[in-house]
Amino acid sequence: MIYKETGQYKSSYKSDHAIFPLLQDKIAFSTLMFIAFLIIPFVINSYWEKAILVPFLIFSLAAIGLNILTGYCGQVSLGTGGFMAVGAFSTYKIMTYFPDMNIMIIILISGLITAAVGIIFGLPSLRIKGFYLAVATLASQFFLVWLFNKVPWFYNYSDTGQITVSERTMFGIPVTGAEAPSYATYLFCLVLVVVLSFAAKNLIRSKMGRSWMAIRDMDIAAEIIGVPPLKTKLSAFAISSFYIGVAGALYFAVFLGAIEVTESFDIMTISFPVLFMIIIGGLGSMLGSFLGAAFVVTLPIGLKFLMVDMVGLSAVTAKHFEITIWGLLMIVFLIVEPHGLARLWSIAKEKLRRWPFPY
Amino acid sequence: MSLADLKKIPYGKTAIELKNISLAFGGVKALTDVSFEVKKGEVFAIIGPNGAGKSSMLNVINGFYKPTSGTINFAGIDRSEMEPELAAKSGIARTFQNIALFKGMSTLDNLMTGRLLKQKKNFLMQALYFGPVAKEEEEHREKVERVIDFLDLQSIRRTPVGSLPYGLQKRVELGRALAMEPEILLLDEPMAGMNVEEKQDMSRFVLTVNNELKTTIVLIEHDMGVVMDISDRIVVLDYGKKIGSGLPKEIRNNKAVIDAYLGVSDD
Repeated sequence: MIYKETGQYKSSYKSDHAIFPLLQDKIAFSTLMFIAFLIIPFVINSYWEKAILVPFLIFSLAAIGLNILTGYCGQVSLGTGGFMAVGAFSTYKIMTYFPDMNIMIIILISGLITAAVGIIFGLPSLRIKGFYLAVATLASQFFLVWLFNKVPWFYNYSDTGQITVSERTMFGIPVTGAEAPSYATYLFCLVLVVVLSFAAKNLIRSKMGRSWMAIRDMDIAAEIIGVPPLKTKLSAFAISSFYIGVAGALYFAVFLGAIEVTESFDIMTISFPVLFMIIIGGLGSMLGSFLGAAFVVTLPIGLKFLMVDMVGLSAVTAKHFEITIWGLLMIVFLIVEPHGLARLWSIAKEKLRRWPFPY
Repeated sequence: MSLADLKKIPYGKTAIELKNISLAFGGVKALTDVSFEVKKGEVFAIIGPNGAGKSSMLNVINGFYKPTSGTINFAGIDRSEMEPELAAKSGIARTFQNIALFKGMSTLDNLMTGRLLKQKKNFLMQALYFGPVAKEEEEHREKVERVIDFLDLQSIRRTPVGSLPYGLQKRVELGRALAMEPEILLLDEPMAGMNVEEKQDMSRFVLTVNNELKTTIVLIEHDMGVVMDISDRIVVLDYGKKIGSGLPKEIRNNKAVIDAYLGVSDD
């Protein structure tokens, strides 16, 4: 009864095809945006920024990117960390060569560079599928990290091999570097995430998204109705890599500030967690990308609170338990709800629709 | 490759002519020296026992298999092979023997994929989804809704096709082919596994498409009753060779065809 769609008639195909076709969804989304843009910036502190909100936004973007490739186009990829590293190092190099360029433009160009790299590493997908493709993309992960480690040009010949961000401003307020206030980094990420999410959703609900899903579900039939497999798969790799590259650029420039490639873009710290995000959140679902990112970012914090602060375990023991619980959760999710949190949400909506009646 | 324009061919004239088509996979000869022609606007049936090469024949027509030898004359242009994309662009649509729908997508989205070739706006415009793209979507949605009305699919518009019963999936697949507004429709066993009512419905759809939209239909079917009733001309294949062709009543009395279906007695 609460989530009632009865009586909401659609009188045009346009309103039927809207992103939020139901009034309740529209209200919920507007409220969320109101809180995100007009309340959080005034109450945010450094802890919320560094531990929860900014990583959540950045990983949402990476999860959307991987979801486009894996969830919508059906091409499994384990190269997320490598592609994020491309975004980060592109940002660093562009910053070095163009000290006056606006940070927003730098980050978008880094995304485009990552898209180009993504196309190159997407070429094997034309011949191989499934697990075999996952192994091929794994190669891109190891190769790219190795490259940024081995070629000193990428880290400007610094002794440590670290890259460090310099201060950049938007409208006179620093958004990168140590001086950047919490609300500025948060808002900067938020704007990018909101704009790029809408772009992704629009792509998914129009021609491009349908071509991707056609290739995912039945590539032979897709070819017969005139979807070119080559172009479609590579476009998925390009657009997915663009999102992941922007996420990598933000991860370096806005979130961490200084990185060392083997540590920050390792397969265990990026590629697998982002894959978990889309599996836990829901493959082929925009909402799932956000839910998965939120889950993966907040779970360690929640577990630490529970085990260290409540139960009183030592931090090291808690960390070990955390990894174990991770593995356990992964298995539980794959067995109980392979379609992820997004499916749980749609089941909940179904229940709300009928509540309080039992049928 | 130039696009052959099937629209310019008058009704009753040859739309596709297959000349001496042979197809071999290693040592297996799927088709040997098969020739026939399909005239524009007719219902043309390909029949034959299991493994006769009927589906291979359709795959050759829409470019999924490349024939080892022979030529395909499509709308007046000779080719040694077709390309799937070229076939789709020139107006050849098909359905599959084992349903090949996009199982994760809704009925509506499945039908909308039939319009993909006709949607021209580039991806940047799609990402912004402003005026022209929204308008294009609506135009194609309208076309698809007509197909939905015609095939009575209204109630399952939003259902993921993977969860639909078999008969309806077959119908959605026909819908996807129709959404392409094809000139030639290749149907691979559209009535396989259906009960009598479903077969009647499907026959009615096929005949209506043929009569109203003047779509040429090439059909593979095992139900002889249906084939004899709805087809204008028939070709019979057996072990990859053509053993007969002609009007239904000629086929019914063709000795070679009867032997192929019923077996030859030794005496």
